[in-house]
Amino acid sequence: SVNPDLASERQTASFSVEKLTAWLDGGVECTRMRRAVVDAIESDPVFSRENQYFQSQNERYEAAVRKAVHLQRKMREMGWTENGPEFKYIYRAVSGDVAFLLHRVFMRSISVLGSDKQIAKWIPLATQYQLIGSYAQTELGHGTYIQGLETTAVYDTTTQEFILNTPKISAMKWWPGDMGRSSTHTVAFAQLYIHGKCYGVHPFIVQIRSLRDHSLCPGIIAGDIGPKMSFEHADNGFLMLQNVRVPRENMLSNFCEVQPDGTYTRRGSEQINYLTMTTVRIALISDEVLVALMKACTIAIRYSVVRRQSKLKPGEEEAKILDYQTQQEKLLPQLAAAYAFHTTNDYLQKLFDKSYSEIQKNNLEVLPELHALSSGFKAVITQHCTSAVEICLRACGGHGYSLLSGLPSLYTKILASCIYEGENTILLLQTARFLIKCFMAARAGQPVPPSVTYLATEKLGKCPARNKLDFLSPDIYTEAYQHTAIRLTSSAAAKLQDLVQSGAKKHDAWNQCTVQLVQAAKAHCHYITVKNFTETVEKLEPRAGIQKIMKHLCDLFALHGIISNAGVFLHDGYISGAQMDMVTASYLDLLPVIRKDAVPLVDAFDFTDKSLNSALGSYDGQVYQRLYEWAQKSPTNKQGNPAYERYLKPLLHNTLSKL
Amino acid sequence: MNADLRRERAAATFQPELLTHILDGGAERTRRRKEIEALVINDPDFQHEDLNFLSRSQRYEQAIRKSSLMVMKLREYGIADPEEIYWFKSFVHRGRPEPLDLHLGMFLPTLLTQATPEQQDRFFMPAWNLEIIGTYAQTEMGHGTHLRGLETTATYDPATQEFILNSPTVTSIKWWPGGLGKTSNHAIVLAQLYTQGQCKGLHAFIVPIRQLGTHEPLPGITVGDIGPKFGYDEMDNGYLKMDNFRIPRENMLMKYAQVEPDGTYVKPLSDKLTYGTMVFIRSLIVGDSARSLSRACTIAIRYSAVRHQSELKPGEPEPQILDYQTQQYKLFPLLATAYAFHFVGAYIKDTYQRISGDISEGDLSELPELHALTAGLKAFTSWTANAGIEECRMACGGHGYSRCSGIPDIYVTFTPSCTYEGENTVMMLQTARFLVKSYTQVSSGQRVTGMVSYLNDLSRQRIQPQHVAARAVTVRINDPVSLVDAYKARAARLVEAAAKNLQAELNHRKSKEDAWNRTSVDLVRASEAHCHYVIGKLFTAKLSEMSNAAVRAVMTELCLLYMLYGISKNSGDFLQAGILTDAQITQVNQRLKELLAVIRPNAVALVDAFDFHDVHLGSVLGRYDGNVYENMFEWAKKSPLNKTEVHESFHKHLKPMQAKL
Repeated sequence: SVNPDLASERQTASFSVEKLTAWLDGGVECTRMRRAVVDAIESDPVFSRENQYFQSQNERYEAAVRKAVHLQRKMREMGWTENGPEFKYIYRAVSGDVAFLLHRVFMRSISVLGSDKQIAKWIPLATQYQLIGSYAQTELGHGTYIQGLETTAVYDTTTQEFILNTPKISAMKWWPGDMGRSSTHTVAFAQLYIHGKCYGVHPFIVQIRSLRDHSLCPGIIAGDIGPKMSFEHADNGFLMLQNVRVPRENMLSNFCEVQPDGTYTRRGSEQINYLTMTTVRIALISDEVLVALMKACTIAIRYSVVRRQSKLKPGEEEAKILDYQTQQEKLLPQLAAAYAFHTTNDYLQKLFDKSYSEIQKNNLEVLPELHALSSGFKAVITQHCTSAVEICLRACGGHGYSLLSGLPSLYTKILASCIYEGENTILLLQTARFLIKCFMAARAGQPVPPSVTYLATEKLGKCPARNKLDFLSPDIYTEAYQHTAIRLTSSAAAKLQDLVQSGAKKHDAWNQCTVQLVQAAKAHCHYITVKNFTETVEKLEPRAGIQKIMKHLCDLFALHGIISNAGVFLHDGYISGAQMDMVTASYLDLLPVIRKDAVPLVDAFDFTDKSLNSALGSYDGQVYQRLYEWAQKSPTNKQGNPAYERYLKPLLHNTLSKL
Repeated sequence: MNADLRRERAAATFQPELLTHILDGGAERTRRRKEIEALVINDPDFQHEDLNFLSRSQRYEQAIRKSSLMVMKLREYGIADPEEIYWFKSFVHRGRPEPLDLHLGMFLPTLLTQATPEQQDRFFMPAWNLEIIGTYAQTEMGHGTHLRGLETTATYDPATQEFILNSPTVTSIKWWPGGLGKTSNHAIVLAQLYTQGQCKGLHAFIVPIRQLGTHEPLPGITVGDIGPKFGYDEMDNGYLKMDNFRIPRENMLMKYAQVEPDGTYVKPLSDKLTYGTMVFIRSLIVGDSARSLSRACTIAIRYSAVRHQSELKPGEPEPQILDYQTQQYKLFPLLATAYAFHFVGAYIKDTYQRISGDISEGDLSELPELHALTAGLKAFTSWTANAGIEECRMACGGHGYSRCSGIPDIYVTFTPSCTYEGENTVMMLQTARFLVKSYTQVSSGQRVTGMVSYLNDLSRQRIQPQHVAARAVTVRINDPVSLVDAYKARAARLVEAAAKNLQAELNHRKSKEDAWNRTSVDLVRASEAHCHYVIGKLFTAKLSEMSNAAVRAVMTELCLLYMLYGISKNSGDFLQAGILTDAQITQVNQRLKELLAVIRPNAVALVDAFDFHDVHLGSVLGRYDGNVYENMFEWAKKSPLNKTEVHESFHKHLKPMQAKL
């Protein structure tokens, strides 16, 4: 039965939860398909995550391999394919706890970077799992800056082979997933040398383990890099290469080729490489980041109406903690952010699809904008959502720290997203570089991509709001965001120019402005998010109450952003001190309004109990019962207490006679 | 030693040891600390495999083993000073919690303060000799910070002169107490006392939970471990359910309140006394915030001096990542914060020690302010340190995420302090209650003293038509004392705003509680501003005590950085109140960036001065010698997944799959 405290929350929903779910999924049909996939996976005991919180690193890894192998069988049984519409739901259904994710990256890099001949040779083998691939780029001493990699591949004309080496310890490949224990092959990135000349970093297919008995190949030292903050299921690995020879044909040669005699040829544009990075960055926003935040909100908000603590009024029952303003202030902005970034994700997806069709027509002009936006949003969204998940964790009091709440694993997993696929600060600086370039162009009257045309406008002036209700007008706050984004970009650009004019070298000037540039890039992404959210809300159907509640969330998201960055908005007086008080007042007024729909709003994310895997967040709200039952399953309760016989008993029996 | 680190150390403008002495409270304290450190670190009994590679059960076992030895050795060495015990314990357990924490930190002290002489005779010596191991069972599954909501009952039965203890609901099961799950055989249980049909509120009872000798749970007791957590692997946080469990009347702690044999209840004299313990424990958390953040900074800054990445100047070798402005901007304000928190922790400890003499003589006058102040500072410092540790981890890029960096461990060990000993938001609101009370006193013409005395100025400024704190021109951004005034003005403005909003809500015919709830976001902001001011004030005051000119110079830079960074991050407050102008904020931001470059050459020396031993730091990235990469490789080779070259899952899963596809 459902806990009455949770049941009562559902009776007063101002909108149709089912319709909101369908909107989130992109249509009723998508919802149906997603549920079918989730159901098929969750009803299969091999995919159970029941004991996950009690497992060791070794057990987690084994379970991930078992699931990955079983998934291949399942997909054939269900008629799902890698390119089918069901595929994107599978990952959500298995909650990421599955091996061989890098196998797909291995295949994709061969498809993009390999020649037709290489594709014809390797892709069928990989599809059949005759080999298991991984992707070895990052080194112990080198990450985001790819040109700094130290692994070498020296071409030997006499045997027509490349000789791969790890010349020193910092050049060891470090972190690649699936490489520590599972993969037999890897795409290794190395500095190419021909006749003593360095041609830069290139990809090579290297076999690292025997296909017969899985032992390491000669010249290969590889293993697991040890325990991490999360990802216990993944065998992130290290790889050391000692005079490992691979045939000339193993260099992926869609763009560059080494002829048998050592002649180096280059063809086509490597810019297309950016497309792969862009794809991955956009995909991780929805698969890794938004899902995690939505789950965290679901758990924290459901728990906050079940948990009662202290009294709001003397003589009454203890209040639901969600009725406290401070609790609303913690959780509701995170809920609004989940919806806001959901719409941003749609926007990026559409931009990507549009750009992709342009690129297929060989129009690469769309790439810089796509690259800048995907980098900036990857950074802003991962950062924002990571903090948001942590806020959810801490909003659950003590029980949030129990692994059984599900929140610690969501947090430790999402926070890795701030680093992988490009460290966030570096990505924001890439976006900033694009902004500065476009800003200069726009001010010089040259055409710029659509997302940055606003930089051309130079409006001073003041925010026209006269009372707190004015701040519920999307035009008012969107304008404020736009103004701030322009101001920050233009002042960073001016500062850069100043420094250069006063004799600083360009790179020095850049480094001295990076703190400001990061701020400008964030403001740009924040502005686009708000603008896009308001536009999305306007287009929603007014019926079914969805538009109304989305409008509230949009307002809350926008106003919360203004308060959290008050100094930036107040700085040039665009928003006055009195207006800032109005923003705060409007914002605080919204909290109790959204509070009423908080539970339906998380119900609409439509996570099953199995996928939440949380004692605090399940649909029926039987929190305490479940916490108690799950704790009994802990090995610490099921197995004996070896420490008692060995240490506690002598201690208690006072054999420490010296005391 | 790594060449980069050697160069960094040679370039420092001051001697780190001198700063270490200041942090320790004198050269003699430093010497003694290092002596105790050496006792532990050179003792083969305290060696063990890297904890990162052990299972939870193994980690618990190691902790128990070390704790037993620790108790024995402490007595053998005759270490009895509380601070020295703290050091010893911290070196043995390398800053981690351990299963006897609650026995030593709560069970024994509670016996000392709340047990009658007879009870001390019965329980204290056995507990001192560890025949009795106890814990402190307060929190329940459904109830935390709000103590009056606890549901466990202790009903007095005059017929047998016993209390009958019950956990009437699932939510009343005791949940979380450390050492309860597997270690303890006794617990001090907090329960609602019922006698003669009336509830007398919460009282403490000594409850035996496991059979002496067999360690089996007693009949009527259900006890166990609450399962895996975010960190705290060494600790057996437990649950306890009691079904009609009877204990003799003499097991109620009766130094203050009493139940007589016939069931007559005798009230305690004062309940303010419990404040003392809370103040003490919260002051420890402030110190802990400083130490945890210092450890994270040590790791991140040393690693940033060793790590090279990308290029700053075309054609030149990859620079140390510490040379990037963005990296300095992430780390140096945290470094300054760590120092600030050290001084705040020391201040509270000293103040507490000073006034605890008065308390034992019955003078409680200074306690309310200290209590209110420590609540807020506990929340402020633990929130900031918590976020700062994460920032340090992320500043180490991917390797920060590996457990070999040590930062994940620091984080999970530290982060619960945002919740335990008083949830932070609740703590902030306690401070706010004191601030509002002080504000009301000032409004009604009384004067207030102590850290809130700035509120006295409000009445004088009220004659001015403009905002109370509008005096922008006087702030000098290079003078810490002047910046303290700016923070003071901000605190005054936010306290006043919150108090006025509260009054406005009350005028809307809201109940007191509703009005308070509807103002609580403002109230938390006011408390934060107050705490921020106090921290800045204490940091600035500390500068004048530093006799060595080189040390004072570098600490003045750090103090300025701390203050300016706070203004930059909260510029909205300063602008809105008219304390600083737009132009001044621009200057603040500019000066902030200049200071980053000024502090840069001393960064490594500043973390060296924290003086963490490598064993205690527990980080491959943060090693003193900076030999990071070769040691990461050595560390990884010990990973459990590497115990065999071919993992068993190859034979179980991979090979059969390849055969079938």
